[in-house]
Amino acid sequence: MPYTTILFYVLALIIVVSAAMVVFNKNVVHSAFSLFFTLFAISGIYVLLKADFIALTQIMVYVGGILILLIFGVMMTTKVTNVELKTKNLNTIPSLVFSIGIVTILIFVIFSTKWNIRLGLDSEETVTQIGIMLLSKYLLPFEIASIVLLVALIGSAMFARRIKD
Amino acid sequence: MGNIFTQWFGDNLLTYILIPVPILIYVLVFALYAVLGERKVSAWIQNRIGPNRTDRFGLLQTILDTLKLIQKEIIIPNRTDKLFFRMAPYIVFTSVFLGYAVLPFSSVYIGVDMNLGLFYFFAITSLGVIGVLMAGWSSNNKYSLFGGMRTVAQIVSYEIPTALSAIVVVMLAGTLSMQKLAVLQAGGVFNWFIFGGPGSAVKIFLIPIMVVSTVILFMSTLAETNRTPFDLTEADSELVAGVHVDYSGMMFAMFFLAEYAQMFAVSGVVTTLFLGGWQSPFGNLIPFLNTPVFQVFWFLAKGLFLVFVQMWLRWTLPRVRIDQLMTMCWKYLIPITLVNLFLVGLYIILT
Repeated sequence: MPYTTILFYVLALIIVVSAAMVVFNKNVVHSAFSLFFTLFAISGIYVLLKADFIALTQIMVYVGGILILLIFGVMMTTKVTNVELKTKNLNTIPSLVFSIGIVTILIFVIFSTKWNIRLGLDSEETVTQIGIMLLSKYLLPFEIASIVLLVALIGSAMFARRIKD
Repeated sequence: MGNIFTQWFGDNLLTYILIPVPILIYVLVFALYAVLGERKVSAWIQNRIGPNRTDRFGLLQTILDTLKLIQKEIIIPNRTDKLFFRMAPYIVFTSVFLGYAVLPFSSVYIGVDMNLGLFYFFAITSLGVIGVLMAGWSSNNKYSLFGGMRTVAQIVSYEIPTALSAIVVVMLAGTLSMQKLAVLQAGGVFNWFIFGGPGSAVKIFLIPIMVVSTVILFMSTLAETNRTPFDLTEADSELVAGVHVDYSGMMFAMFFLAEYAQMFAVSGVVTTLFLGGWQSPFGNLIPFLNTPVFQVFWFLAKGLFLVFVQMWLRWTLPRVRIDQLMTMCWKYLIPITLVNLFLVGLYIILT
C-alpha cells in the first residue's frame, strides 16, 4: 500500500472522530477545539488531492480566522460574561430519523455515482491558474462574493454598535 | 526539489524524515544560545555584566537552566482542563516549527521548495494562536484567559499588515516560492528587495517604498511574536505572565522554545523577502562567498542580526498600551501598506 493511501485513512479517521466529538461533546469549548482537528485534517485531504492552494486557504481562512473567532466567542460567553450555554439533546427521535434518512440518501448517492478518476494531475502553478481565472472568467462571482461579505461586515458592525438616544 | 538530501539519499521516505533533522537541531541550539544572548544583550544595555558564573562567559548557563527545568516537577493545577492544558505547548511549538519547512537556508537546502512557500508560512504560523487560546482557556485562570485573548486580538490584527507588506515583494517578484525569491535577489546588496530588487535605474523610485515595507514587515512580525514593545500578552505588571502563569517545568520551557524559534523564523522570512535570503552581499565579485556553505552563513548572519535587533528593541523601548497597539495597527500600518501596494502596482504597470 503506498503511504499516501495510509495517510488518507489516518486523515479520514481524524476527521470522523473529531467531527463526532464536535457533535457529541457536552462542553461547548471542547467542541470548538475539536473542530480545529477536523478542519486541519480536511486541509490534509486537499493536499492529497494536489489542491495545495485550497489546502492552505482552508488553514488560513477556516483555522486561522473563523475557528479562532468561534472559540473566542464561545470562551467569552462561558467564562467572561457568566452566561451558561445549555447543551442538551432535544427532539431525539425526530432528529435521529431525519439524520438516518440523510445518511441513507448520501450513501446511496455516493455508491450510485460513476466517479471520474483522473490520475497524474499537474500540481505546478495552481495559484497562477486560479488567479487568472478569478480575474477573467469568474470575475463577477468573485466581486459579488466580496460585496456580500462587505455587506455582512457592515451589518454586523451596525448591530454590534449601541444606538445612542 | 532543490534539496541536497534528495541527491545524497535518493527520493525515498528516509530522506523526508532526515530533511528536518538539521533544522530541528539548529532550532534547539539557537534557542539555548539566544536565551543566553538575550540575557547578555539586556545586561550590556542596562550596564550590567549578565550571566558569568557557569564558566568565564556564561556559555553553559542556559544548558544548566534547561537541566534544572527538566528536573522540575510539572505541576498541573487541580481545576484545569487536563487534556488541552497538556496539549497546548506542543501545538504552539509545532506550528512555529512547521514554518521552518519553507525557509531557504541555502540554495541546496530547504525543507520543501513549494510554489506557495510564503502563503504556507503565514497560514501555518497562524495555528499557534489556537495553542495559545487553548493554554489560556484550559488553565482556568483569569490572567491566563486575558493573556490568551490579548494574544489573539493582537496576532489576528497584525496578520494584516504582515501579509500586505509581504505582498509588495510578491508583486515585484511574481512568485510565492521562498527559494525563487532568494534566487531573484542575486548580484549584490543593490539587488535585494529592500532596494527594489533587480532592475534598471528606474527602480530608484521604489527604494523608499521598499524600505518602509521592510520596516513595517519587521514591526508587525515582532508584534506577532509577542515581544516587547508588543508583549501585552504577558505584561508581567498586569497579567503576571499571561498564558504561561500555570505552566511549570518543561511545559513552560516549550512555550519559551516556541517564542525563540518564532523569533528566528520571522527574521528568516524578513531576510528572504527583503534582505536577499542566502545571497552574499558582494554578489558575484567574490564567487567563493556564494558557495552553498557560505550561503548558510549569510542566511544565518542576516537572520541572527534581525534577532539581535529584536532583543535590542525589547530592552530599549517601553511596552505600548493596548489601545496604542491597535491604533498603530489599524490607523497607521494598514493604510501605509495599502498605499505602498498601490504605488508598487503603479510602478509595475508603468515600467
